[in-house]
Amino acid sequence: MNVVAKTETGRALGDAFAVVRDRLPGKGKIADQRRAAFEAYERAGLPHRRIEDWKYTDLRVLMREVLPLAPAPDVAALSRAAAAVKAHGIDDAVRLVLVDGAFAPDLSDLGKLEKGLSIRALREVLDGGDGALSEQAFTSDTTNPMIALNSAMATDGVVIEVANGTVLGKPLHVVHVASGAAPVAMFTRSLLRLGRDTGATLVESYLAAEGAKAYQAHDGLVVAIGDNARLDHVRFVEDTVDAFNISSATVTLGAHAHFNTFGMTTGGHVSRYELTVACAGEHSKVETNGVNLINGKQHADTTLFMDHAVPNCASREIFRAVVDDRAHSVFQGRIIVRPDAQKTDAKMMTRALLLSDDAEADNKPELEIFADDVTCGHGATTGALDESLLFYMRARGLPEKEAQALLIQAFVGEAIETIASDALREVAIATARRWLEARA
Amino acid sequence: MPAVQETVERVRRIDVDQYRYGFETVIESDKAPKGLSEDTVRFISAKKDEPAWMLEWRLEAFRRWLTMTEPTWARVNYPKIDYQDLYYYAAPKPKKTLSSIDEIDPVILKTYEKLGIPLREVAILEGVEPPAGGEQTPSRKIAVDAVFDSVSVATTFKAELKKAGVIFMPISEAIREHPELVQKYLGTVVPTSDNYFATLNSAVFSDGSFVYVPPGVRCPMELSTYFRINERNTGQFERTLIIADKGSYVSYLEGCTAPQRDENQLHAAVVELVALDDAEIKYSTVQNWYPGNSEGKGGIYNFVTKRGDCRGRNSKISWTQVETGSAITWKYPSCILRGDNSSGEFYSIAISNGFQQVDSGTKMIHLGKNTSSRIISKGIAAGKSQNTYRGLVSAHRKATGARNYTACDSLLIGDKCGAHTVPYVEAKNSSATFEHEATTSKISEDVLFYCIQRGLSQEEAVGLVVNGFVKDVLQQLPMEFAVEAQKLISISLEGSVG
Repeated sequence: MNVVAKTETGRALGDAFAVVRDRLPGKGKIADQRRAAFEAYERAGLPHRRIEDWKYTDLRVLMREVLPLAPAPDVAALSRAAAAVKAHGIDDAVRLVLVDGAFAPDLSDLGKLEKGLSIRALREVLDGGDGALSEQAFTSDTTNPMIALNSAMATDGVVIEVANGTVLGKPLHVVHVASGAAPVAMFTRSLLRLGRDTGATLVESYLAAEGAKAYQAHDGLVVAIGDNARLDHVRFVEDTVDAFNISSATVTLGAHAHFNTFGMTTGGHVSRYELTVACAGEHSKVETNGVNLINGKQHADTTLFMDHAVPNCASREIFRAVVDDRAHSVFQGRIIVRPDAQKTDAKMMTRALLLSDDAEADNKPELEIFADDVTCGHGATTGALDESLLFYMRARGLPEKEAQALLIQAFVGEAIETIASDALREVAIATARRWLEARA
Repeated sequence: MPAVQETVERVRRIDVDQYRYGFETVIESDKAPKGLSEDTVRFISAKKDEPAWMLEWRLEAFRRWLTMTEPTWARVNYPKIDYQDLYYYAAPKPKKTLSSIDEIDPVILKTYEKLGIPLREVAILEGVEPPAGGEQTPSRKIAVDAVFDSVSVATTFKAELKKAGVIFMPISEAIREHPELVQKYLGTVVPTSDNYFATLNSAVFSDGSFVYVPPGVRCPMELSTYFRINERNTGQFERTLIIADKGSYVSYLEGCTAPQRDENQLHAAVVELVALDDAEIKYSTVQNWYPGNSEGKGGIYNFVTKRGDCRGRNSKISWTQVETGSAITWKYPSCILRGDNSSGEFYSIAISNGFQQVDSGTKMIHLGKNTSSRIISKGIAAGKSQNTYRGLVSAHRKATGARNYTACDSLLIGDKCGAHTVPYVEAKNSSATFEHEATTSKISEDVLFYCIQRGLSQEEAVGLVVNGFVKDVLQQLPMEFAVEAQKLISISLEGSVG
């Protein structure tokens, strides 16, 4: 659709951009890129169902407008955020906190970083004029209106570099917190660069301080994994039930690299996570897994784009959705095998479990194959809990809810098992368990 | 793994260069003036001697069409079609009013003979031996409606069908002779506003077949329509309407070919099927339109809307398609499973070669309770072709107990082509059970195990299972095609990818 949608709110956002533009970090080339990205967003407007990639997540209906940009957090906001971060801490991790779209050094563990690890705020990098790094953080696709908007508006984020040969002992934990005084939008952009022969674990959490209002979190992550490097990535979306989380991650892998990512969405009113993974070096391996546990009126969309551009790479996707009440789960997965990518081995399996008659699950697993010597497959199933299994357990004295919980746990377990770190796997299991307990 | 040699050979044999139906029949024809306007619509309606309501219906569709824009979402590329540069009506000039088949222009008869479609009421097709020692069974008869450009030139076995109560005639005749039936069902499955090409068709359709099978009747023979585009610069817009009343059964076959020409020709048909309580319709297509030459020049644009409505309880609609032709194929034979316990099936083999582009698949829309559907699709891409399977399976809120099984396999031969799968699986009912499987080994482990245990290889076993699904429908195809279709079916599944 090439219709220019100039809605009232669209104009308001345009005016808002004109006002904040000069205050956003990054001058010169970056400022030009921001302007181009904003124009790209303006041409398309908020994506709607007539755009194929947004068929099931119509932001014009669900989100209606982009909220005003969040102000920099004050002391009160920071202290509310600190309490929330404390409650969601991960043991023995390097914590990096972003409050309302601004890096909060006081809440982050910047002291005594491991050797070969460098962490800076995005604002600092942009203002410091590090051209190469800045450009890398902003190399995102402007054809996607929401990523373009993120490029235009991003106020801060973290830039993490891991030097060649460094294997990090501690996981890095990036926490996005909404302090929640007013309904606002925050825009963050982060960059993670892994050099050759490195290893790292990145955890991302999205959460809100006590009593946070409806807010919008717009996040973009750019990851470059060097040759022979490994990244384990785990992501928890635990926003409040009236929040919006529109995020993207763009990952490129070098040769013999390994990327293992797992995402779990339990929070947010509307969440959309767009993950683009490109294998740029041969013999790399990608594991993309995820679980959505949603209820009420939640809408969770995971859109995956797996790009096999070179030969001899393998990818695996396991995705599970558990949908209760009137919730709506969306999974779109596209695997593309480009003409030269012979010997690609790609498999995708997506399964949805509907717990209520009003729940909805939409699956769109796509294959786009241009090479003839490949093994690709995908599968998708949708259904309710198996009546005979439930009966078996109830006949043995388990109450219905408990029997259901056991089956659901087994259902999502297959995806959770793929998390490499024991500690993080435990966190995921605990999150799933909390969701199930709240249901009972 | 790459395709096996045997498969590569077989597909090469049906390459675009091997098109056997590309001859042209030189015949004088009666054409509407070039271009499209209300006058064209009126001209066609007048030619067909249609009642006023039909003209009104067409005009309404035409006015709506003017407000619509051509869709672009399919994975096909073609230069913009100039709708004013087409003839919307072309009919072979009749020498006089015909009273029997013998009076048809012998040139046309010869054309159909050349295509292997005898228009005389012969019981068996050439080259098919009658069963040894056995009597010729009536079920071997096939009634044919032959559509040449915009008009139906002959319909065979009309009398015998009439005895059974079955109405089988060109739709233009049905509009005059059975207006009550046509008015009741026309446009109820594919409304005039449905999509760009269906709306265009509603305005300018010139002929097609009409079938009505009365309650409790099992149609005594196969019905078939053979579409032939002959004239230059002509679009073919046919409309088929099949109604199976309560407890009836009908099997219908469709074949299509066109001469080899350098320019592209448009074929925008609409097919509507209605199955009432306990009725069953089997619809089979062998689509063999001219695919263009090896440089991608010429060929038919096949933009077709086919939809079946399982309106009654326990009704069933089954689509089978073998697609080898057309420069561009863009069609999704669909089933609306409205009646409780109704079921829909879609079996497809789409083979693309040369510069062909295929974006085809199905839609199974589950509305009623305990409805079931099955989709088996095989796409084979060779040469520089692009072959896309696009399918929708959806269960609405009230579709309790909906069940779907989908398996789609694609095979690539060579590294210049592409095979794509775009399934949409939408469930709004928790008791809906949908399975979408793109790996061949998942058909039924038990059955496969049984076969393998008895000495078949994995490949042979899978082939056997897939053939089991498709074969009984394929055997219903006219012999001319059945042989070819069987060959296509037997194409090895080895090396197939999701």
